[in-house]
Amino acid sequence: MKPFNIYLCGVGGQGIGLISEIILRAADRAGLKAIGVDTHGLAQRGGIVSSHIRIGESVHSPLVSKRKADLVISLERHEAVRAASEYLTEKGSLVYYNTSWQPLPVRLKKAQEISVQQVADFCEKCEYKLFEVYQKDLPDPRMQNIALLAAICRNNLVAGLATSHYEQAMGDLMSGRMLDANLQLFNRLVSN
Amino acid sequence: MKNFADMLLSREAFSEIVMGNTAVVRAMIEAKTRVVTSYPGSPTPEIASAIAGIKPEDRPFYFEFSTNEKVATEVAYGASVNGHLSTVFFKSVGLNVAADTFVQLGLMNLIGGMVVILGDDPGANSSQNEQDNRHLARLSYTPIFEPADPQEVYHYYLAAARLSQQLHIPVILRLTTHVCHAKQKVSFAAWQPVPIDRTPAFDVNNGPYMPLTSLVFPMKRRALNNLHQVAEMNDKDQLNRLIDNKNRRQGIITFGLPFLSLLDTLAESGGKPDILKLAMIYPLPNQLITDFLTSHEEVLILEELDDIMESEIKRLAFERQIRVKIHGKTDIESWVGEYTADKVAGLLAGVWPEMAAKPQPATAFSVSVPPRPAQMCPGCGHRSAFHAVKQALKETDIKVADIGCHTLGFMPPYNMGQLLMCMGASTGIGAGMSLFNDSRRVVCFLGDSTFFHAGIPGIINALFNKHNITLILMENGTTAMTGHQDHAASGRNFNQETERIPVRSVLEGLGVKNIFEVDTYQQQKLTDMVKEAVAIEGFAVVIAKHACMLKLMREQRRKESFQAKMVSIDQKTCNKAHVCVSAFACPTFVMHEDGTVDVNPDLCIGDGSCLQTCPAKAIQRPENR
Ligand SMILES: Cc1ncc(C[n+]2csc(CCOP(=O)(O)OP(=O)(O)O)c2C)c(N)n1
Repeated sequence: MKPFNIYLCGVGGQGIGLISEIILRAADRAGLKAIGVDTHGLAQRGGIVSSHIRIGESVHSPLVSKRKADLVISLERHEAVRAASEYLTEKGSLVYYNTSWQPLPVRLKKAQEISVQQVADFCEKCEYKLFEVYQKDLPDPRMQNIALLAAICRNNLVAGLATSHYEQAMGDLMSGRMLDANLQLFNRLVSN
Repeated sequence: MKNFADMLLSREAFSEIVMGNTAVVRAMIEAKTRVVTSYPGSPTPEIASAIAGIKPEDRPFYFEFSTNEKVATEVAYGASVNGHLSTVFFKSVGLNVAADTFVQLGLMNLIGGMVVILGDDPGANSSQNEQDNRHLARLSYTPIFEPADPQEVYHYYLAAARLSQQLHIPVILRLTTHVCHAKQKVSFAAWQPVPIDRTPAFDVNNGPYMPLTSLVFPMKRRALNNLHQVAEMNDKDQLNRLIDNKNRRQGIITFGLPFLSLLDTLAESGGKPDILKLAMIYPLPNQLITDFLTSHEEVLILEELDDIMESEIKRLAFERQIRVKIHGKTDIESWVGEYTADKVAGLLAGVWPEMAAKPQPATAFSVSVPPRPAQMCPGCGHRSAFHAVKQALKETDIKVADIGCHTLGFMPPYNMGQLLMCMGASTGIGAGMSLFNDSRRVVCFLGDSTFFHAGIPGIINALFNKHNITLILMENGTTAMTGHQDHAASGRNFNQETERIPVRSVLEGLGVKNIFEVDTYQQQKLTDMVKEAVAIEGFAVVIAKHACMLKLMREQRRKESFQAKMVSIDQKTCNKAHVCVSAFACPTFVMHEDGTVDVNPDLCIGDGSCLQTCPAKAIQRPENR
């Protein structure tokens, strides 16, 4: 089986660690061999954070090579384009949560913000499958990662992972109120 | 929810998805390690996070964050000569701080054994250099094990502990960033706890422990003898792996994460060289390598960072007159950066092109995305400080940065930081820059954890030698950059409450005459104080304090009573001066194309530190969401 490579990214503070660990554990729950690695350290302060997941029998290094990701998951619009350009393979899929955390040069008026249209044009020209996710009634902005996860599950973007695998993985990592709130949102969005 | 702490203490064998930094904690438990010490630094602090999950009374070992890496090494050494298996861990550059003690360890009879875990950082992911600490292992005659993945982290720690206990020598477990943080399912063995032996076993007859004059030589001979013996043991070490593809032409010697990168590129190219993958990378298994060299026409040494193994293997081939073509590092780039699969493919392409996976061409169409440098968090007290300090200084004044979250003040729009060296260096560097300098005032920044770590000698020097500098102490009550570890002024250590050692009391005790102190959210006051401080001839300190808001918000959010707040902008009052977004530059503010400014609800924490920055008073008080 050819390895399935996932590159996840976002901005420090968006909660990329949780979604990445859920997918890794869901793959394991589905009986697949999966390895991964996260960014830690300096970048967690408002910089670009990333996480790599590799699924398959013959994967070795936890790092995904440039332009060899089958799926890019981004929690933010600018990072979606940056990551897809750098990591997505031909005919790969990009799924991103449509929020903008303006990078410093944009706030200083030294660069332009990336627009929704630019993401769409980019994906069309590069022949990437695009999934844009946005959920307006989230109880807490820190649940955007779960909205994104639900879209990944609903569109079956990681082959072999069923809803139950994601749910079990969430149960491995959370408990109490936090688990209830996240599961409830996840289930609502998956069945939509 | 899985209880990872209980799992780490499981009596039965089990397997679980963990990162390298967690796997090593289970290994410590199984090895019956009794004393573990550290000073935080990426890529290793998550080792302590895994330990923190276990309740202090359940921990089968003692753990502390010491004031710096040198002290941590000394505590672990003291425990070892008292009969306890000990371990110290820290980041790559931590070894520079620990070096004065560390280089002596090999001379000592470590009756309990001692494992030194180094988190090296090829790729400088979160360090100020990518130094290759294998050099210091050679300097001190210390063996090194280097794992490639979390499963090996676990096995190699156990092997390092065994070797250390057997020969009573220090042994290094060298991890690199993406080995520390890699996650995979790791299989662990069963564990049977045994009570801690409380007999202090220290005995001078196990020594000498006093390396003075003529005593140094027998101690050095012992260290060298041990090293020689370890090299011979390495020849038989079952952890070394030979992948025999019956390729008599091409062989590769490698270790650590580059080995995995190599397997990835070979899986794609279909290349089948023979591979000798080493577990203990210093001292080398001379016979094993001789056999490998002799049985191949060409051998590539694939090693990240410096050419240490290559030099040794070339020397071996020369001494033993082995006829083999050895490929090593060719250009400067082969000394630089992490050996990812892409990098390894590039290197292979220069030696045996058929073995290298083809790099993917860039996308046909590209969009230029603005860079996203790291920055201080919303509400960060350091931001208020830099904004205020900037108003007090002249463009020509010299601003010396130090290590910590506040290093980020060097970036625009603050530009508060023009040189950076290492932890605690700012005051010393500033002192040097104040000499023969009557026109450019010198201001140094320093964090509070760093104050205790390595900052105090520079401060004492400034007093002792009467240097004319201003120190701005960025006090946030925690070691923020590395994940909020407590320090001597926090009022807590890793295990319990302790008496705070306030930085102010230390400064007063040292006799610093000019001490100013203010909460950084009082920006005008801080500006005034800095103006006053820099005008003083001599040494002055401004304590610019505010609790770390990332830590505080995390604590608040956990409370049932938590109420999220945010500021808003009164668009009618806003005159688009843009101070909030362009000068104060909190990431919360959004700049629209037409010049209107908004607040990003994902980011604002409602701290209100921005209100005072608006000349038009358009930012409204934080309100409940
Ligand atoms: C010798 C050494 N040890 C550890 C580190 C890792 N490190 C980077 S920043 C930092 C924290 C500094 O804390 P503090 O001085 O309180 O500043 P803050 O991040 O809280 O602003 C540490 C420990 C390092 N760079 N060098």
